[in-house]
Amino acid sequence: MSSAAATEPEKGAAPPGAKRGFTVPEGAEKAFIPVFVIIVALLPLVLDSGGTLMGNATLALAYVVMALGLNIIVGFAGLLDLGFVAFFAIGAYTMGWFGSDFFSAVNDGKGIHVLVSDFSQNLAGIHLNFVFVAIAAILFCTIAGMIIGLPTLRLRGDYIAIVTLAFGEIIGRIAINGDALKIAGQPLTAGRQGITPVDKIDLPFLEPFTSLELRPWYWMALALVVVALGVSFALRNSRLGRAWIALREDEVAAVAMGVPAVKTKLLAYGTGAAFGGMSGAFLGSFNNTVNADQFQFYFSILILGMVILGGLGSIWGVVLGAIVLTTINFYLIPDVFNSIPSKLGFDFDTTQITFAIYGFLLVIMMIIRPEGLIPERRRKQELHDESEDALVAQAP
Amino acid sequence: MSEDVTTNQEATANGEPRDRSGTLVLDARNVTKQFGGLTAVSDVTFSVPERSIVSIIGPNGAGKTTFFNMLTGYYKPTTGLIELEQRNITGNRPDVIMKLGMARTFQNIRLFGTMSALENVMVGQNSRMKGGLFGSIFRFPVRKEEKAVTEKAHEELSYVGVKPRYHDWLAINLSYGDQRRVEIARALASDPKILLLDEPTAGMNPQESAELTDFMHKLRDERGITVVLIEHDMKVIMRVSEHITVLDHGEKIAEGKPAEVRANPRVIEAYLGKKASQEEH
Repeated sequence: MSSAAATEPEKGAAPPGAKRGFTVPEGAEKAFIPVFVIIVALLPLVLDSGGTLMGNATLALAYVVMALGLNIIVGFAGLLDLGFVAFFAIGAYTMGWFGSDFFSAVNDGKGIHVLVSDFSQNLAGIHLNFVFVAIAAILFCTIAGMIIGLPTLRLRGDYIAIVTLAFGEIIGRIAINGDALKIAGQPLTAGRQGITPVDKIDLPFLEPFTSLELRPWYWMALALVVVALGVSFALRNSRLGRAWIALREDEVAAVAMGVPAVKTKLLAYGTGAAFGGMSGAFLGSFNNTVNADQFQFYFSILILGMVILGGLGSIWGVVLGAIVLTTINFYLIPDVFNSIPSKLGFDFDTTQITFAIYGFLLVIMMIIRPEGLIPERRRKQELHDESEDALVAQAP
Repeated sequence: MSEDVTTNQEATANGEPRDRSGTLVLDARNVTKQFGGLTAVSDVTFSVPERSIVSIIGPNGAGKTTFFNMLTGYYKPTTGLIELEQRNITGNRPDVIMKLGMARTFQNIRLFGTMSALENVMVGQNSRMKGGLFGSIFRFPVRKEEKAVTEKAHEELSYVGVKPRYHDWLAINLSYGDQRRVEIARALASDPKILLLDEPTAGMNPQESAELTDFMHKLRDERGITVVLIEHDMKVIMRVSEHITVLDHGEKIAEGKPAEVRANPRVIEAYLGKKASQEEH
């Protein structure tokens, strides 16, 4: 739709701002999916299949799914959510509960097994096939997302951020203290000790994944990314997507135009949370531990950083943002630059100043390119106020 | 705007026998709204016959917009009853009321600035669409609907007079007059039975205002839409209204045909002060 306006040949007829920087035309955006998938899918052929890089690449893809989920809530619907870690936690715990010996007492210590590998067959606890775990995680997170969304419905802007922040912290605290929260003698979480080991992903018709060969994990994460991308694109140009954007732009007018605010917002929370849950379940298995220390406020900010860095509401931007930040967070800071300060005679490592680095990057970003790496065309308009040019161009 | 056009329009408004006894499309009875101790609208009864064009006028702060907001569900009346086509809608949510067939525009334009004109109008059709979350994810069932909705949005925009080349422009980049038009198109997209316009000619030049009054007649005649408007521009009011209700300090002080209202001393008093009304009589 934008391409028609952007290529408008008449002088002064193209929307001001359309020429500035690069914005991917809408049609081409979707067409880029197969290109992206092929390039990313072939990457493992050049990487060491058990190495750190492979592991980081897999993490990056899982984080892309997380960021795409948060993008629906923050980017599309404009509901600033600072507690996205809650969905990571719920997804990961679903994996921990239904894919480890955590509930060791269940079924008199014999455990419950549904379509799992021969190896898990003899273990205590509940062991479900990953497909079921993923569905359960999506379901739990959708419900949790809506519950978290409910109290924010009467709020706007910054106040939503505060409430969601609180929810994220509540979930984090429950995770830490869950080992003392006993229901019929069974704790809810394993607290800081973590639930470990967690079942490896075991898909129908495929060999169970192992921790030495990372390629299947990587491709699995890529499959999740493809699902998340497909859903994001489908929703953006749909009735629901337009309703989200309308609510974000002007809630009063949106409601006057027949958009049911409550339902529409809850769907945004639910959908975004589902992505988080899906990725959370994957990460629970991939990390081989579901540990309360993983679910810190830091994580919410990291994911939000990916969305903002890439461009709020811009699907490809968010993908890029997630990849860039994961690279910085898991590779550049701990592996590449870590020893630089000490070489320069300082008494610290870069891992100790991660937050400072992020802060610095965000400030730079806000100055140079506030609309993100690959801006969504709408946001771009908003952040580069060229309405004066528009008036000049349109003066009769 | 020439004088003869005005008189011409008045003649049709006054002279033509109109079926005013027809069914009421909107009926508000004894509606009162209090904000704490302040009574913004007090015991107003207001009924709108089908296929009519009626106006609500009154000085600033008379409670016109508050009354509109009650009709469209933004405020719940403290007391009173509002019926849309004999159906009680008192206290319904705005989106529900929209779905039932009452659409509105706003006093200060409230378009979705970063959506294109077309998308704005597509949002207006939201309540007429079925595609939900899963329908949208598995594109197949909604594709046809999307196409129809896009087409209709183009039609509505052209209907209100927005040139096709502006359809894909972001709403904030449109000229003021076009923004007003897009807002009306957005409201029309839901095929409402009754359209509420809150000061539609604010900020328009006389020529644009004249076009808009013609457009209101067109809406009524071609599509059978009932129009209720709040307006300050007396020229517009006298030209289009078949019936006028005057509010002042939240109370209905007069109603009737334009000529009657214009002669009513209470109306003159409300607008110009007590002395002015006495001088005239």
